[in-house]
Amino acid sequence: MTFGRGMKILAVAAVLGAGAVAMRAAAQTEEPVIKVVAKKFDYAPSRIKLKKGVPVTLELTTLDVAMGFNVPELGVRADIVPGKVVRVRLVPEKTGTFTFFCDIFCGSGHEDMTGTITVE
Amino acid sequence: MAYRRRDFLKLAGLGGVVFASGLNRVANAANATGASAAAHDDFYFVQLSDTHWGFEGPPNPDAKVTLRKAVAAVNALAEPPDFIMFTGDLTHTTDDPKERRRRLTEFRGIVGDLKVKSVRFMPGEHDAALDRGEAYQELFGKPYYTFDHKGVHFVVLDNVSDPAANIGEAQLQWLAADLKRLPKDARIVVFTHRPLFDLYPQWDWATRDGAKAVDLLMPHANVTVFYGHIHQEHHHLTGHIAHHAAKSLIFPLPAPGSQPKRAPLPWDAAQPYKGLGFRNVEAEIKKAEYGITELPVEAVKKG
Repeated sequence: MTFGRGMKILAVAAVLGAGAVAMRAAAQTEEPVIKVVAKKFDYAPSRIKLKKGVPVTLELTTLDVAMGFNVPELGVRADIVPGKVVRVRLVPEKTGTFTFFCDIFCGSGHEDMTGTITVE
Repeated sequence: MAYRRRDFLKLAGLGGVVFASGLNRVANAANATGASAAAHDDFYFVQLSDTHWGFEGPPNPDAKVTLRKAVAAVNALAEPPDFIMFTGDLTHTTDDPKERRRRLTEFRGIVGDLKVKSVRFMPGEHDAALDRGEAYQELFGKPYYTFDHKGVHFVVLDNVSDPAANIGEAQLQWLAADLKRLPKDARIVVFTHRPLFDLYPQWDWATRDGAKAVDLLMPHANVTVFYGHIHQEHHHLTGHIAHHAAKSLIFPLPAPGSQPKRAPLPWDAAQPYKGLGFRNVEAEIKKAEYGITELPVEAVKKG
Protein backbone atom coordinates (compact mmCIF):
# COMPACT_ATOMS: atom_id res chain seq x y z
CA MET A 1 0.00 0.00 0.00
CA THR A 2 1.22 3.42 -0.82
CA PHE A 3 0.10 6.68 0.66
CA GLY A 4 -1.18 9.34 -1.60
CA ARG A 5 -0.10 12.97 -1.14
CA GLY A 6 -3.07 13.74 1.11
CA MET A 7 -2.30 10.85 3.46
CA LYS A 8 1.31 11.96 3.93
CA ILE A 9 0.26 15.42 5.05
CA LEU A 10 -2.20 13.91 7.50
CA ALA A 11 0.47 11.67 9.00
CA VAL A 12 2.88 14.57 9.56
CA ALA A 13 0.10 16.57 11.17
CA ALA A 14 -0.62 13.66 13.52
CA VAL A 15 3.02 13.52 14.63
CA LEU A 16 3.11 17.27 15.21
CA GLY A 17 -0.12 17.07 17.14
CA ALA A 18 1.22 14.37 19.42
CA GLY A 19 4.33 16.44 20.04
CA ALA A 20 2.31 19.50 20.97
CA VAL A 21 0.27 17.51 23.47
CA ALA A 22 3.44 16.12 25.03
CA MET A 23 4.91 19.62 25.38
CA ARG A 24 1.77 20.92 27.05
CA ALA A 25 1.88 18.05 29.52
CA ALA A 26 5.49 18.85 30.37
CA ALA A 27 4.70 22.52 30.83
CA GLN A 28 1.97 21.65 33.33
CA THR A 29 4.36 19.68 35.52
CA GLU A 30 7.60 21.69 35.21
CA GLU A 31 8.24 25.00 36.91
CA PRO A 32 8.48 28.06 34.73
CA VAL A 33 11.95 29.17 33.73
CA ILE A 34 12.82 32.82 33.24
CA LYS A 35 16.03 33.57 31.41
CA VAL A 36 17.87 36.68 32.58
CA VAL A 37 20.85 37.87 30.56
CA ALA A 38 23.34 40.25 32.17
CA LYS A 39 25.80 42.46 30.34
CA LYS A 40 27.53 45.75 31.03
CA PHE A 41 25.46 47.46 32.46
CA ASP A 42 21.97 46.02 32.42
CA TYR A 43 19.82 42.94 32.76
CA ALA A 44 17.37 41.67 30.17
CA PRO A 45 14.63 41.57 31.18
CA SER A 46 15.00 44.22 33.85
CA ARG A 47 11.42 43.82 35.05
CA ILE A 48 10.19 40.41 36.11
CA LYS A 49 6.69 39.56 37.27
CA LEU A 50 6.03 36.57 39.52
CA LYS A 51 3.09 35.16 41.42
CA LYS A 52 3.20 34.70 45.16
CA GLY A 53 3.83 31.10 46.15
CA VAL A 54 4.48 29.93 42.61
CA PRO A 55 7.98 28.46 42.22
CA VAL A 56 10.12 29.69 39.36
CA THR A 57 13.64 29.03 38.16
CA LEU A 58 15.76 31.99 37.10
CA GLU A 59 18.32 31.03 34.48
CA LEU A 60 21.12 33.58 34.72
CA THR A 61 23.88 34.18 32.17
CA THR A 62 26.34 36.97 31.44
CA LEU A 63 27.52 38.10 28.03
CA ASP A 64 30.78 39.67 29.20
CA VAL A 65 32.23 39.83 32.72
CA ALA A 66 31.31 38.26 36.06
CA MET A 67 28.18 39.80 37.52
CA GLY A 68 26.15 39.44 40.66
CA PHE A 69 22.41 38.95 41.00
CA ASN A 70 21.16 39.99 44.40
CA VAL A 71 17.60 40.39 45.66
CA PRO A 72 18.10 40.79 49.40
CA GLU A 73 14.40 41.17 50.16
CA LEU A 74 13.69 37.77 48.60
CA GLY A 75 16.81 36.11 49.98
CA VAL A 76 18.27 35.42 46.56
CA ARG A 77 21.82 36.02 45.37
CA ALA A 78 24.11 34.39 42.84
CA ASP A 79 27.38 34.89 41.05
CA ILE A 80 26.92 34.89 37.29
CA VAL A 81 30.09 33.52 35.72
CA PRO A 82 30.88 34.00 32.01
CA GLY A 83 30.27 30.85 29.98
CA LYS A 84 28.00 29.21 32.54
CA VAL A 85 24.27 29.07 33.13
CA VAL A 86 23.38 29.68 36.77
CA ARG A 87 19.99 28.43 37.89
CA VAL A 88 18.30 29.85 40.96
CA ARG A 89 15.01 28.50 42.25
CA LEU A 90 12.74 31.03 43.86
CA VAL A 91 9.40 30.70 45.64
CA PRO A 92 8.26 34.26 46.36
CA GLU A 93 6.44 34.30 49.67
CA LYS A 94 5.55 37.98 49.82
CA THR A 95 4.04 40.47 47.44
CA GLY A 96 5.59 43.75 46.40
CA THR A 97 8.24 45.14 44.10
CA PHE A 98 11.81 44.22 44.97
CA THR A 99 15.03 45.56 43.51
CA PHE A 100 17.67 43.24 42.13
CA PHE A 101 21.14 44.51 41.43
CA CYS A 102 24.67 43.58 40.50
CA ASP A 103 26.83 43.25 43.61
CA ILE A 104 30.09 42.44 41.84
CA PHE A 105 31.74 45.67 40.73
CA CYS A 106 31.83 45.56 36.95
CA GLY A 107 32.72 49.06 35.75
CA SER A 108 31.58 52.63 35.32
CA GLY A 109 27.88 51.76 34.94
CA HIS A 110 27.83 49.25 37.80
CA GLU A 111 25.75 51.48 40.03
CA ASP A 112 22.99 51.62 37.41
CA MET A 113 22.76 47.88 36.96
CA THR A 114 19.44 47.15 38.59
CA GLY A 115 16.01 45.69 37.89
CA THR A 116 12.84 44.80 39.73
CA ILE A 117 10.88 41.69 40.58
CA THR A 118 7.22 42.34 41.16
CA VAL A 119 5.35 39.64 43.05
CA GLU A 120 1.55 39.70 42.81
CA MET B 1 37.33 82.58 57.11
CA ALA B 2 39.58 79.85 58.36
CA TYR B 3 38.32 77.47 61.01
CA ARG B 4 40.22 77.06 64.22
CA ARG B 5 40.64 73.67 65.74
CA ARG B 6 38.72 74.37 68.92
CA ASP B 7 35.98 76.33 67.22
CA PHE B 8 33.95 73.39 66.02
CA LEU B 9 31.10 74.01 68.40
CA LYS B 10 30.65 77.41 66.82
CA LEU B 11 30.54 76.16 63.28
CA ALA B 12 26.86 75.25 63.06
CA GLY B 13 26.05 78.80 62.06
CA LEU B 14 28.84 78.95 59.52
CA GLY B 15 28.04 75.98 57.36
CA GLY B 16 29.89 73.44 59.44
CA VAL B 17 27.99 70.70 61.23
CA VAL B 18 29.14 69.15 64.45
CA PHE B 19 28.53 65.57 65.49
CA ALA B 20 29.89 64.13 68.69
CA SER B 21 30.70 60.47 68.74
CA GLY B 22 32.23 57.98 71.07
CA LEU B 23 32.01 56.54 74.49
CA ASN B 24 32.68 57.96 77.88
CA ARG B 25 32.80 54.79 79.82
CA VAL B 26 36.53 54.21 80.19
CA ALA B 27 38.08 57.57 80.92
CA ASN B 28 41.72 57.37 81.90
CA ALA B 29 41.92 53.75 80.87
CA ALA B 30 45.12 52.28 79.59
CA ASN B 31 45.65 52.86 75.92
CA ALA B 32 46.94 50.56 73.22
CA THR B 33 50.54 50.90 74.32
CA GLY B 34 49.73 50.41 77.96
CA ALA B 35 50.38 53.99 78.98
CA SER B 36 47.77 56.26 80.53
CA ALA B 37 45.50 57.89 77.98
CA ALA B 38 45.76 61.07 79.94
CA ALA B 39 49.42 61.20 78.99
CA HIS B 40 48.50 61.82 75.37
CA ASP B 41 47.46 64.99 73.65
CA ASP B 42 44.15 65.40 71.96
CA PHE B 43 44.52 65.87 68.25
CA TYR B 44 42.51 66.12 65.11
CA PHE B 45 42.67 64.65 61.67
CA VAL B 46 40.90 65.38 58.39
CA GLN B 47 38.88 62.80 56.46
CA LEU B 48 38.35 63.32 52.74
CA SER B 49 36.48 60.78 50.68
CA ASP B 50 35.24 59.80 47.25
CA THR B 51 37.08 62.35 45.17
CA HIS B 52 36.51 60.29 41.98
CA TRP B 53 39.28 62.01 40.04
CA GLY B 54 38.55 61.51 36.33
CA PHE B 55 34.78 61.71 36.66
CA GLU B 56 33.03 63.81 34.04
CA GLY B 57 29.32 64.50 33.87
CA PRO B 58 26.42 66.78 34.76
CA PRO B 59 26.39 65.82 38.46
CA ASN B 60 29.56 67.90 38.82
CA PRO B 61 30.44 70.33 36.00
CA ASP B 62 33.35 71.55 38.15
CA ALA B 63 34.87 68.10 38.55
CA LYS B 64 38.24 69.22 37.24
CA VAL B 65 38.69 71.77 40.05
CA THR B 66 36.74 70.37 43.00
CA LEU B 67 39.64 68.33 44.36
CA ARG B 68 42.01 71.25 44.04
CA LYS B 69 39.54 73.48 45.92
CA ALA B 70 39.29 70.89 48.70
CA VAL B 71 43.08 70.77 48.95
CA ALA B 72 43.12 74.56 49.23
CA ALA B 73 40.41 74.44 51.92
CA VAL B 74 42.38 71.92 53.98
CA ASN B 75 45.53 73.99 53.55
CA ALA B 76 43.60 77.02 54.85
CA LEU B 77 42.70 75.39 58.18
CA ALA B 78 44.06 77.63 60.91
CA GLU B 79 45.77 74.78 62.68
CA PRO B 80 47.08 71.93 60.60
CA PRO B 81 45.65 68.48 61.32
CA ASP B 82 47.97 65.78 62.62
CA PHE B 83 47.24 63.77 59.50
CA ILE B 84 44.87 63.48 56.57
CA MET B 85 42.99 60.34 55.57
CA PHE B 86 41.43 59.65 52.18
CA THR B 87 38.82 56.91 52.51
CA GLY B 88 38.75 55.57 48.98
CA ASP B 89 37.41 56.15 45.50
CA LEU B 90 40.34 58.45 44.90
CA THR B 91 39.63 58.03 41.19
CA HIS B 92 36.63 57.24 39.04
CA THR B 93 36.77 53.78 37.53
CA THR B 94 37.87 53.02 34.01
CA ASP B 95 38.20 49.76 32.09
CA ASP B 96 41.56 50.93 30.70
CA PRO B 97 44.47 49.95 33.01
CA LYS B 98 46.68 52.68 31.53
CA GLU B 99 44.04 55.34 32.16
CA ARG B 100 43.53 54.02 35.70
CA ARG B 101 47.22 54.52 36.43
CA ARG B 102 47.12 57.96 34.83
CA ARG B 103 44.20 59.02 37.05
CA LEU B 104 45.81 57.64 40.20
CA THR B 105 49.05 59.44 39.32
CA GLU B 106 47.25 62.73 38.66
CA PHE B 107 45.36 62.38 41.92
CA ARG B 108 48.60 61.80 43.79
CA GLY B 109 50.09 64.90 42.18
CA ILE B 110 47.16 67.12 43.16
CA VAL B 111 47.03 65.99 46.79
CA GLY B 112 50.81 66.44 46.86
CA ASP B 113 49.98 70.13 47.29
CA LEU B 114 48.59 69.44 50.78
CA LYS B 115 50.74 71.26 53.30
CA VAL B 116 50.35 68.48 55.84
CA LYS B 117 52.62 65.73 54.64
CA SER B 118 51.23 62.94 56.79
CA VAL B 119 48.62 61.79 54.30
CA ARG B 120 47.23 58.27 54.24
CA PHE B 121 45.20 56.50 51.61
CA MET B 122 43.02 53.51 51.03
CA PRO B 123 41.27 52.30 47.88
CA GLY B 124 37.61 52.38 46.94
CA GLU B 125 36.04 49.95 44.51
CA HIS B 126 36.46 52.49 41.71
CA ASP B 127 40.24 52.41 42.28
CA ALA B 128 40.76 48.75 42.90
CA ALA B 129 37.91 46.37 42.10
CA LEU B 130 38.50 45.85 38.37
CA ASP B 131 42.14 44.80 38.77
CA ARG B 132 41.96 43.59 42.39
CA GLY B 133 44.05 46.53 43.53
CA GLU B 134 47.01 45.99 41.21
CA ALA B 135 47.37 49.60 39.98
CA TYR B 136 46.48 51.06 43.38
CA GLN B 137 49.14 49.02 45.13
CA GLU B 138 51.75 49.99 42.55
CA LEU B 139 51.21 53.64 43.38
CA PHE B 140 49.98 53.72 46.98
CA GLY B 141 51.16 50.51 48.62
CA LYS B 142 49.25 48.14 50.84
CA PRO B 143 45.46 48.53 50.81
CA TYR B 144 45.11 47.49 54.47
CA TYR B 145 47.39 48.36 57.35
CA THR B 146 47.52 49.80 60.85
CA PHE B 147 49.20 52.76 62.45
CA ASP B 148 49.24 54.30 65.90
CA HIS B 149 48.95 57.95 66.75
CA LYS B 150 48.90 59.56 70.18
CA GLY B 151 47.28 56.62 71.92
CA VAL B 152 44.82 55.67 69.22
CA HIS B 153 45.22 52.49 67.18
CA PHE B 154 44.08 53.04 63.59
CA VAL B 155 43.07 50.11 61.40
CA VAL B 156 42.59 50.54 57.67
CA LEU B 157 40.47 47.76 56.15
CA ASP B 158 40.19 46.93 52.46
CA ASN B 159 36.67 45.86 51.51
CA VAL B 160 36.91 46.86 47.84
CA SER B 161 39.79 45.04 46.10
CA ASP B 162 37.54 42.00 45.91
CA PRO B 163 34.90 43.10 43.36
CA ALA B 164 32.36 41.08 45.34
CA ALA B 165 32.92 43.38 48.34
CA ASN B 166 34.45 40.82 50.67
CA ILE B 167 37.12 41.62 53.20
CA GLY B 168 38.20 38.01 52.84
CA GLU B 169 39.39 35.40 55.28
CA ALA B 170 43.08 36.31 55.05
CA GLN B 171 42.46 39.93 55.99
CA LEU B 172 39.99 38.94 58.70
CA GLN B 173 42.63 36.68 60.25
CA TRP B 174 45.11 39.53 60.05
CA LEU B 175 42.56 41.79 61.80
CA ALA B 176 41.90 39.21 64.50
CA ALA B 177 45.63 38.87 65.19
CA ASP B 178 46.04 42.64 65.34
CA LEU B 179 43.14 43.10 67.75
CA LYS B 180 44.19 40.20 69.93
CA ARG B 181 47.28 42.04 71.13
CA LEU B 182 45.26 45.12 72.19
CA PRO B 183 43.65 45.66 75.58
CA LYS B 184 39.86 45.55 75.45
CA ASP B 185 39.66 49.26 76.27
CA ALA B 186 42.13 50.40 73.63
CA ARG B 187 41.13 53.41 71.56
CA ILE B 188 40.51 51.98 68.11
CA VAL B 189 39.52 53.83 64.96
CA VAL B 190 38.72 51.85 61.83
CA PHE B 191 38.77 53.29 58.32
CA THR B 192 36.91 51.46 55.56
CA HIS B 193 35.48 52.46 52.23
CA ARG B 194 32.20 50.56 52.25
CA PRO B 195 30.02 50.36 55.35
CA LEU B 196 30.80 47.30 57.45
CA PHE B 197 27.11 46.88 58.23
CA ASP B 198 24.10 46.41 55.94
CA LEU B 199 23.21 50.06 55.48
CA TYR B 200 21.14 49.47 52.35
CA PRO B 201 22.10 46.29 50.52
CA GLN B 202 19.62 47.08 47.72
CA TRP B 203 22.06 49.79 46.66
CA ASP B 204 25.11 47.66 47.38
CA TRP B 205 25.80 49.75 50.49
CA ALA B 206 27.20 46.88 52.49
CA THR B 207 30.22 44.60 52.86
CA ARG B 208 29.37 40.99 52.24
CA ASP B 209 31.41 39.70 55.18
CA GLY B 210 31.41 42.98 57.11
CA ALA B 211 29.58 41.37 60.05
CA LYS B 212 32.65 39.21 60.65
CA ALA B 213 34.80 42.31 61.09
CA VAL B 214 32.22 43.88 63.40
CA ASP B 215 32.15 40.65 65.44
CA LEU B 216 35.93 40.85 65.84
CA LEU B 217 35.72 44.50 66.92
CA MET B 218 32.74 44.05 69.25
CA PRO B 219 34.68 42.87 72.34
CA HIS B 220 36.59 46.17 72.30
CA ALA B 221 34.94 48.97 74.26
CA ASN B 222 36.17 51.97 72.28
CA VAL B 223 35.79 51.46 68.55
CA THR B 224 34.71 54.05 66.01
CA VAL B 225 34.47 53.51 62.25
CA PHE B 226 34.85 56.20 59.60
CA TYR B 227 33.97 55.30 56.03
CA GLY B 228 32.95 56.71 52.64
CA HIS B 229 31.23 55.14 49.61
CA ILE B 230 27.73 56.53 50.16
CA HIS B 231 28.60 60.19 49.39
CA GLN B 232 26.76 61.69 52.35
CA GLU B 233 27.02 62.12 56.06
CA HIS B 234 25.47 59.21 57.92
CA HIS B 235 25.71 57.94 61.49
CA HIS B 236 24.85 54.48 62.72
CA LEU B 237 25.46 52.24 65.71
CA THR B 238 26.08 48.50 65.69
CA GLY B 239 25.95 47.82 69.41
CA HIS B 240 28.42 50.27 70.94
CA ILE B 241 30.39 50.76 67.70
CA ALA B 242 29.68 54.03 65.91
CA HIS B 243 29.95 54.20 62.12
CA HIS B 244 30.26 57.61 60.43
CA ALA B 245 30.00 58.02 56.66
CA ALA B 246 31.65 61.05 55.08
CA LYS B 247 30.49 63.32 52.30
CA SER B 248 31.97 63.00 48.85
CA LEU B 249 34.04 65.53 46.93
CA ILE B 250 32.42 64.82 43.56
CA PHE B 251 28.62 64.47 43.87
CA PRO B 252 26.15 63.66 46.64
CA LEU B 253 24.00 60.54 46.57
CA PRO B 254 20.43 60.27 47.87
CA ALA B 255 19.58 59.10 51.36
CA PRO B 256 19.35 55.31 51.58
CA GLY B 257 16.17 54.09 49.88
CA SER B 258 14.79 57.60 49.43
CA GLN B 259 14.31 57.16 45.67
CA PRO B 260 14.11 54.18 43.31
CA LYS B 261 17.70 54.50 42.07
CA ARG B 262 20.88 55.68 43.74
CA ALA B 263 21.49 58.22 40.98
CA PRO B 264 23.61 61.24 41.94
CA LEU B 265 21.70 64.25 43.22
CA PRO B 266 21.64 66.91 40.49
CA TRP B 267 24.13 69.77 40.52
CA ASP B 268 22.55 72.97 41.83
CA ALA B 269 24.05 75.91 39.94
CA ALA B 270 22.61 78.28 42.56
CA GLN B 271 24.48 76.41 45.28
CA PRO B 272 27.60 74.88 43.76
CA TYR B 273 29.18 72.11 45.83
CA LYS B 274 26.02 71.67 47.87
CA GLY B 275 26.20 68.33 49.63
CA LEU B 276 29.95 68.02 49.14
CA GLY B 277 32.64 68.48 51.74
CA PHE B 278 35.16 67.00 54.09
CA ARG B 279 35.38 66.67 57.83
CA ASN B 280 37.60 67.40 60.77
CA VAL B 281 37.65 64.75 63.47
CA GLU B 282 38.73 65.96 66.88
CA ALA B 283 39.96 63.05 68.99
CA GLU B 284 39.56 63.53 72.71
CA ILE B 285 41.62 60.65 73.93
CA LYS B 286 40.77 60.82 77.59
CA LYS B 287 37.07 60.46 76.89
CA ALA B 288 37.46 58.30 73.79
CA GLU B 289 35.25 60.78 72.03
CA TYR B 290 35.38 62.22 68.54
CA GLY B 291 33.98 65.62 67.61
CA ILE B 292 33.14 65.59 63.94
CA THR B 293 32.96 68.87 62.08
CA GLU B 294 31.56 68.80 58.55
CA LEU B 295 33.11 71.44 56.33
CA PRO B 296 32.19 72.62 52.83
CA VAL B 297 34.49 72.37 49.81
CA GLU B 298 34.99 76.09 49.66
CA ALA B 299 35.81 76.74 53.30
CA VAL B 300 38.24 79.48 52.38
CA LYS B 301 36.09 82.57 52.12
CA LYS B 302 37.57 85.86 53.10
CA GLY B 303 35.61 88.26 55.26
